[in-house]
Amino acid sequence: MKASAMSKRKLKESSGVSGECISQVQKILRERFCHHYAPEKLFGLDHQYRHLLELLKRTTVHGESNSALVIGPRGSGKTALLNWVLKELRKMKQVRENLLEVHLNGLLQTNDKVALKEITRQLQLENVIGDKVFGSFAENLAFLLEALRKGDRTSSCPVLFILDEFDLFVHHKNQTLLYNLFDISQSAQTPVTVIGLTCRQDILELLEKRVKSRFSHRQIYLMNSFDFKQYVKIFKEQLSLPAEFPDESFAQRWNNNVQRLPEDKTVQDMLQNLFHYTKDLRSLQLLLMLAVSNVTVHHPFITASDLQEASRQHRMDSRANIVHGLSVLEICLIIAMKHLNDVYEGEPFNFQMVYNEFQKFIQRKAHSMYNFEKPVVMKAFEHLIQLELVKPIERPSVRTQREYLLMNLLLDNNQIMDALQAYPNCPTDVKQWAASSLSWL
Amino acid sequence: MNTRQQSKITYSWYGKPMSSDRKLRTSQYKGILITSERSRTETCIQLGNFILVEGENADQPFVAQLLDLYEDGAQQKHAVVQWFSHITEIPQNKRKLLKREISPQEVFFDQVPGYDTDIAVETIIKSIMVIPLRLGEELPVMLNKEQTFYVKQSWDGKCFKALSPDTFSKLKEARKKEGGIPKSSNSLIPSDIISPLKKETENVVRSTTKPKNVELEIESKHSASKSSLAKERHSQRVANDIKTPTARKKLQLNSPIRSPKGRLLGSEVLELLDDLCDAVAPLEPSATKRRVKFTGILGSPPKIPCANDKSKSVLDSAEDWQRFKDTIQLSPHSKVSDSNEKAKNLNKKDDTISLIGYQKRRSQSPVLSPYSRRMCVQKTNTRIAEQVSILNALELNQEEDFLSSSDSSYSSSSEEEEEKDDVLCTPEKKTKSSRILSTPKSSRKSSVHTSAKTPKKTPLPGTPKTPRNATPEIPRRNHAAQKPASILEEARLRLHVSAVPESLPCREEEFQDIYNFVESKLIDGTGGCMYISGVPGTGKTATVHEVISCLQQAAENDDLPSFQFVEINGMKLTDPHQAYVQILELLTGQKVTATHAAVLLAKLFNTPGPKRKTTVLVVDELDLLWTRKQNVMYNLFDWPTQKHSKLIILAIANTMDLPERIMMNRVASRLGLTRMSFQPYTYKQLQQIISSRLNGMKAFEEDAIQLVSRKVAALSGDARRCLDICRRATEICEFASQKRTPEIVRMAHITEAIDEMFSSPYINAIRNASLHEQIFLKAILAEFRRAGVEEATVQQVYRQHIALCRIEGMQSPTISEIMAICSRLGACRLLLVESSNKYLHMQVRLNISQDDVMYALKEE
Repeated sequence: MKASAMSKRKLKESSGVSGECISQVQKILRERFCHHYAPEKLFGLDHQYRHLLELLKRTTVHGESNSALVIGPRGSGKTALLNWVLKELRKMKQVRENLLEVHLNGLLQTNDKVALKEITRQLQLENVIGDKVFGSFAENLAFLLEALRKGDRTSSCPVLFILDEFDLFVHHKNQTLLYNLFDISQSAQTPVTVIGLTCRQDILELLEKRVKSRFSHRQIYLMNSFDFKQYVKIFKEQLSLPAEFPDESFAQRWNNNVQRLPEDKTVQDMLQNLFHYTKDLRSLQLLLMLAVSNVTVHHPFITASDLQEASRQHRMDSRANIVHGLSVLEICLIIAMKHLNDVYEGEPFNFQMVYNEFQKFIQRKAHSMYNFEKPVVMKAFEHLIQLELVKPIERPSVRTQREYLLMNLLLDNNQIMDALQAYPNCPTDVKQWAASSLSWL
Repeated sequence: MNTRQQSKITYSWYGKPMSSDRKLRTSQYKGILITSERSRTETCIQLGNFILVEGENADQPFVAQLLDLYEDGAQQKHAVVQWFSHITEIPQNKRKLLKREISPQEVFFDQVPGYDTDIAVETIIKSIMVIPLRLGEELPVMLNKEQTFYVKQSWDGKCFKALSPDTFSKLKEARKKEGGIPKSSNSLIPSDIISPLKKETENVVRSTTKPKNVELEIESKHSASKSSLAKERHSQRVANDIKTPTARKKLQLNSPIRSPKGRLLGSEVLELLDDLCDAVAPLEPSATKRRVKFTGILGSPPKIPCANDKSKSVLDSAEDWQRFKDTIQLSPHSKVSDSNEKAKNLNKKDDTISLIGYQKRRSQSPVLSPYSRRMCVQKTNTRIAEQVSILNALELNQEEDFLSSSDSSYSSSSEEEEEKDDVLCTPEKKTKSSRILSTPKSSRKSSVHTSAKTPKKTPLPGTPKTPRNATPEIPRRNHAAQKPASILEEARLRLHVSAVPESLPCREEEFQDIYNFVESKLIDGTGGCMYISGVPGTGKTATVHEVISCLQQAAENDDLPSFQFVEINGMKLTDPHQAYVQILELLTGQKVTATHAAVLLAKLFNTPGPKRKTTVLVVDELDLLWTRKQNVMYNLFDWPTQKHSKLIILAIANTMDLPERIMMNRVASRLGLTRMSFQPYTYKQLQQIISSRLNGMKAFEEDAIQLVSRKVAALSGDARRCLDICRRATEICEFASQKRTPEIVRMAHITEAIDEMFSSPYINAIRNASLHEQIFLKAILAEFRRAGVEEATVQQVYRQHIALCRIEGMQSPTISEIMAICSRLGACRLLLVESSNKYLHMQVRLNISQDDVMYALKEE
């Protein structure tokens, strides 16, 4: 016991890194990768940031009503941008004490009734009517509209409505909520600003014409418009430790290592691939997360091979992985289906056809394969259906026998061949059969 | 009018026709007999008598004098009346002109033009007394009774005047005449029906030798009469099916002591109690009129509390009691907020306080005065209270029954609440509950009974009752809003859509047309519809609002008869049927369910109206009131065609041919052909709009304004868009000139703003997509070209993708990656994809044209 502890300490001393230090690093980086809502910095969004900040400032300071949409693909930092702006706004005393915020999410407020309840709750208006759980949808709407109509530009608290997943609100009946919010923003009532966040580029086409007319047509696009150089810079920044890290010398060494990493050709290739694949920063963070989890006391710095391994895991094809775990009989069935697909050009097949194909292979070619009975083959086939490698075209009904149910194979030829290459101990004749359906002739 | 109702109250002429007009086929009569079958009374009202007329609000009947009675050619019975205004009917701001305290029993001789004096006879409730008084005279205290009103001044909509000697004498005469005619009202209660009850009341009679007990009974009687008089009648008229089996069953459950045969209805109990009063008032001189006698008793009880509470003088408490009674009787539904409002008046405040004090005293009285017969008295009290609560329950049942018959999802909370308020105002409930608390053993049965029956009526002690009409409000801001500092900020403020100018430029013609239409209808006192159409942002609603405010101005200046303005918006309703609810609430302040509201509104607009102003109803976003049966639209457009409706409807919608497209023939026909369409603004008009808003401010270049107007006019002609672009341009301009040099908006800023708002986002989105996403789009194009079909499966596209990657010499992505790319593009709606459970076989289509994709990809 003691000896092992001694040796550990020796090890630590030799590498000059303490376990605490490593866990600190892991904690900081993981928080950075996982908490998208509290960004420390945004990349290349200065213009959008200024636009949004000015807009909200004018609402709070001048009481000017507005509406805007923030549009960008998933992971482009819409919510992060908004949170950053709000954080910035709250630093101003005048804003902090004046602004009322209402946060709605299209995934949570699935209809206007729920949304209205939520607005009332967040505006803390339910106190007005005591503890009574108040009535119908119609009453609710009238109540809220009344409340908002009461105010005017100069004396009422401005209200900021944030509609996350804005596109889902569009599908509410008659778009009542949107109409009313935009209508208020275009009339001399309580100053409101409606900010919608969405990833759909065609969002304006979804708005009803009256709703669209009332929307101010301010759109803030987030496009991930950085190039590879900036991407590498982001990569470095994401991995760097902050200056206030307790162990300064370690932070220094860590950061130096991170700075040197992209100079490595393999790392650069890996980053390039990822960049070509997607500009979404979340996938970069996911990759880095895999790499960072490899960091231990014995292996204190991220290396190129760590990143490569992470990249390999990250890019792995999920279906091919499933194929690796199949039995030889199941592989044989998949190969039979592949041949059927080749012959009939993707037309659906049924179990009987697959079984016949399999029988042909067994009888003429196979030496290593045992001739399984039909029920056993059927069982294997059903297992494939359960894994969703094969999918029935129509729902199984009582009338059609299981053997004659039409199926589709959900694997591509490439996937099958790749999987066979990696499959351990695959009989050679099976491999040959897979390569060419005609080779057994 | 249905038969059941008419079997209850019938109106027949008294005597032979005095004179008849052949040509108009009318015949005049000198009196009318009102026979109520239920209460078995017959009342005769003659010309010159004063009457109560049903109002819009059941709780506030109008006071009038009967001038003429005639039957027209269609056998409809009509009455011509002289109106009297109650203080609550006079606008708040004019009440100040009086400079004196107005007793709720005082009315004003109404000389306001514009009220229809021709009413249907069926709306007459009963006769009352109106006594003219000189201006200086005090209200006679002795004669205070529930159905007596006093008139001192006349009211002509502008100011109050003392009654002219002529009118005064006329009124006096009428009063004398009324006094001279013996009333032929007599009760015909068959004794067998109410015998069990009678027994009880006899019990009461025996026990109530002391006047104190009388007071308690009268008090409960009083509340019964309050809740039943007008309201009962009203609900009976409106809800024809009050005696549906369920209601009756409930009633029976609630009142086990009642004989199954006897139908306990409000008026019967009333009558019983009336009789009771007769019996227990041996001191009163025997009079011919029961009413007088009854109110005389009501007047007498003040002596009793004096005996209990020595600190108060006799007169003082007598007045208290009187006033307390008045407030409740004349405004039976006075809500808490109402009374608050009244409390502003100093005298009234005293009143309320003393009222509370009085109640306290009274509620304590049983404990304070241990009479030997107390137990008995209390028992009878609780019995009577039970009767009253049964009555209340009956009413509630009626309402609930009505509600349950309606299929709408509207909850009954508002009505229940009203009921609650109602009860809250009733002192009887409070005192009763406190009484029960103070003497728990005296009437356990009754206490259980009441608590089980009316659980929601007794408010929990300690819960602060918030007024029903509590108006929600967004909190006020802590810091004042900043004033615009620079010229651009000022311009931005003026260009905001919400800053509607006093007059809308470029809509003069439309304004004039609408104005003339409404004005002519107002002057004629008739109804009509107008349909206004136009694309969004062409100033429809703004113009209509301007017309209304102009008309209101004119009405204030006395150029036009005054009118009521009601606005509903289809988009602000959750359901088309809610339109009824909103209209009724805006008209009368009542909150009821949709079906009930429809009935009330139909009644309001279809019956030859008791005094009612013309109503101007603006229906915005009409197309959303469409239902499958179109009954909402039908009703809306049917009402103006009724003779007495005095309803003018301005319907606004976007589509020009809405009546032809979505309306049934019978609805479209009622809408009529008065139509107007607002054309989209031309660029010159838009230019004028911006210039007029800027009002000479040098914030924009002339060319810039022209550019924006031309751009918008070419696109949509939507003024909102135009203003939004200008506003955005000022921001861009401000942004560009960070140094504090005054800058004005130039062409470049406008162009930037327009680009920002109208440029297609797709091209940009494709250009900023990652390389593989772009290749995927290329692969789709290639696959489309190969197959010749604008749809492909992911598998097919994947093969193309791999081929493209090989050409480029790139590492080809795995299927998982391809699926991810596909779903990302699908989320942006660059692609339209099927649900992902089909995996490789899901179909992919482009959401934009192939040319756009080619164009976007070629640039790089």
